[in-house]
Amino acid sequence: MEYYLVVSTFMMFAGIYGFFTRRNLLAMLISVELILNSVDINFAVFNRYLFPNELEGFFFALFAIGVSAAETAVAIAIIINIYRNIRNIQVKNLNEMKN
Amino acid sequence: MEYTILILILPFLSFLILGLADMRMKNGLAGAIGTASLAGVTLLSYLTAFQYFMRGRTAEGVFPTLMPYNFEWLPFTTQLHIDMGIMLDPISVMMLVVISTVSLMVHIYSFGYMKGEKGFQRYYAFLSLFTMSMLGIVVATNIFQMYVFWELVGVSSYLLIGFYYTKKEAIAASKKAFIVTRFADLGFLIGILIYGYYGQTFGFTPNFGPHGELASNTLPALALGLMFIGGAGKSAMFPLHIWLPDAMEGPTPVSALIHAATMVVAGVYLVARMFPLFIGYAPEVLHWIAYIGAFTAFYAASVACVQSDIKRVLAFSTISQIGFMMVALGVCTSTDPHEGGLGYMASLFHLFTHAMFKALLFLGAGCIIHAVHSNEMSAMGGLRKYMPVTHWTFLIACLAISGICPFSGFFSKDEILTACFRFSPAMGWIMTGIAAITAFYMFRLYYGIFWGAEPDRQLPANEGTHTAHTPHEAPLSMTFPLLFLAAVTCVAGFMPFGHLISSDGQSYTIQLDKQVAITSILIAIVSIALATWIYAGKKQPVADRLARTFQRMHTAAYHRFYMDEVWLFVTKKIIFRCISTPIAWWDRHVIDQFFNFTAWSTHAASDEIRDMQSGNVQQYSIWFLAGALLLTLLLLV
Amino acid sequence: MTLQLIVFIVLALFIAVCSVLAVTTSRILRAATYLLFVLFGTAGIYFQLNYSFLGAVQLLIYAGGITVLYVFSILLTSSQGDKAEKLKNGKMIAGAVSTLAGLVICLFVMLKNQFLPSHFVHGELDVRTIGHTLMGMEKYQYVLPFEVISILLLACIVGGILIARKR
Repeated sequence: MEYYLVVSTFMMFAGIYGFFTRRNLLAMLISVELILNSVDINFAVFNRYLFPNELEGFFFALFAIGVSAAETAVAIAIIINIYRNIRNIQVKNLNEMKN
Repeated sequence: MEYTILILILPFLSFLILGLADMRMKNGLAGAIGTASLAGVTLLSYLTAFQYFMRGRTAEGVFPTLMPYNFEWLPFTTQLHIDMGIMLDPISVMMLVVISTVSLMVHIYSFGYMKGEKGFQRYYAFLSLFTMSMLGIVVATNIFQMYVFWELVGVSSYLLIGFYYTKKEAIAASKKAFIVTRFADLGFLIGILIYGYYGQTFGFTPNFGPHGELASNTLPALALGLMFIGGAGKSAMFPLHIWLPDAMEGPTPVSALIHAATMVVAGVYLVARMFPLFIGYAPEVLHWIAYIGAFTAFYAASVACVQSDIKRVLAFSTISQIGFMMVALGVCTSTDPHEGGLGYMASLFHLFTHAMFKALLFLGAGCIIHAVHSNEMSAMGGLRKYMPVTHWTFLIACLAISGICPFSGFFSKDEILTACFRFSPAMGWIMTGIAAITAFYMFRLYYGIFWGAEPDRQLPANEGTHTAHTPHEAPLSMTFPLLFLAAVTCVAGFMPFGHLISSDGQSYTIQLDKQVAITSILIAIVSIALATWIYAGKKQPVADRLARTFQRMHTAAYHRFYMDEVWLFVTKKIIFRCISTPIAWWDRHVIDQFFNFTAWSTHAASDEIRDMQSGNVQQYSIWFLAGALLLTLLLLV
Repeated sequence: MTLQLIVFIVLALFIAVCSVLAVTTSRILRAATYLLFVLFGTAGIYFQLNYSFLGAVQLLIYAGGITVLYVFSILLTSSQGDKAEKLKNGKMIAGAVSTLAGLVICLFVMLKNQFLPSHFVHGELDVRTIGHTLMGMEKYQYVLPFEVISILLLACIVGGILIARKR
């Protein structure tokens, strides 16, 4: 079971690295998706290996997928709005709240 | 007597409403609020006085000292604490009546006098503040509360003197008044601290050690002497008198209220309030007070003889009369009114009568200034035809201050002279002489204003057409206070003042010392006759000849014996150069540099660390992760 | 070397490579594509855990929905040939170092930790069970989160429209 966890940890830190280094809002969002995804894997794995008779981890992963879908939708809406305003979605250009 | 708290609250409320509530009111409304609150205060004061004196005496035959309110405000130690409260005893009740009466009259008068002035509302707000703080002084239950209100009086006096704050002279005068009195108050404060430290109380009955071993020390005398310096500053005793003549830059009703009737007698009140202590611990300080008072009285009277600005004349006359009161207090040697404590009663009696007739004089002067738009006597003359009411009331006040029977000044001044003669004949004759000078300069003023040659009114006198119209009588709002105060001046002398207030609290019946009374009246009449001879005519050959003969004397007196110049020399040449300049150097080069250094180092440090606050979320998250890892490591190890 | 293990190794390598590529590639569209591959790999892991329903959801929602959303928005917001800007080396190194340190520490903790005794129970999770659990109101049943999620999604739809609409 640790091998699953190793995979998910790797994926998680890949996401973190991406979050640190990317300068594009969408790329950062993709990194966040990676992080979320790795957590989902962890839930499922723990559920399957440690508590095989229960379903908490399973449903937590299920709901997490739903929440992440919602989060992505809103985030992308915001990004598109930003793009519409300043024709750019690079982080360094986001230094004004209003225009 | 619980309602007495309203005496303080009403004017304060009126000040808040007028001054701080930040609304623009119609002038009439603002004045009405101020006057209405003052009328309430006056009624309450009269009620208080009536009830207080009707309550009767205690078994010892004195009026009890009441404290309707007293709460502990600032406790320092178990014994030493500052209280706030209201104390009623004969002198505070008397002062309540005086202050509220004069203040009400001034409020009414100001309706006419300040009509159409800019800042009418502000004026009434300041008046209310002043009245509140002055009333606070007299009802103070302890010396520290007195000090608090004392300073408030200083502030409101500053505000009122500088009321015409666009006038350069008014600003200078207000600053001068504030700084001089503040300087004197430093003495007062130190005195209070010494008193509180050694007396273990701020109340009026100290406790110098369990068996009074400190009482024989010089410390109580020192404390009382320092307190007197504070009183001397407010009461314009020589050499701290210099602010009072300049304070005449304020509106004339303010001069009447503050610089004639109430604030300047605060020093007298202070000495009277501490009177048992002076007698008990520091009789020699009391004698010094007498000498200072006598000198001030003489100095101010001689200066008043040659001034040409009518308000200045009145200002010096005020200084001189306060000198009289101080002398009367100073010549007391015991608290028994039959044995040398007569001066206490005499002083407060004179305070009472003087407040009335001096306010009357100032308000009359205000009417005259209102009519001719000038303070200079040269612009006046022959006004008696135009302003009959002012003329007659002014005459009454002049007679009263000169000490002519049956006006109030006669009685009180007579008591003072009697007290002086009891102290020493020399002091008595000196004060009689000063009283004669008083009569002389008052009638010089009177003749200069109401008699004599009329100035040519058709020509513009000085820049503009100020005097280019016939003077006329003032409106009713201004003449009513004159009439009221004149009536009081006529009858106040007959009130049984000694029954109400005396140095030991016992009832004391005033007996007129026939010899002193006749002497003083005769001398007063002689000086009035002299003044009539010199000044009543259309031309004044005698006066001119005198001025030429004693030219140096005349010039010196006209310049107030150069006291202002002496002070300027002391402050500019000695204090500024020897003390202030090194202090300024220290301040600029050490204190300022220190703070500049801290500012610079902060700036430099923030310059260094500003990169950490980039607003970049990614950078923050890196730091966050680093911190979290560090914590994990700490937990692991 | 069972088939299970082989499949797992393949999946693990696939996921690892794709996730690294997803965050390092300079083209944003490629990043999205690699993300899609990672999501497929994750779904594979779910299948391997015998959670076919979760895998299916993953494929449907993530791979089918969200990734499409990404691709659309990338196409909407990126001009052609838009490459990620080169970062300053310092920042890159800082990110890499902290990430690696975190990875090492996490792996260390995880491998050192004594988990509960684990045992793998084969057998597919019954969809009927899932349905009952999802809709039941008993203890360990999830109708309330389900409804909350539904409201959240509705709010997201409304919010998304509100934010992104033309003004």
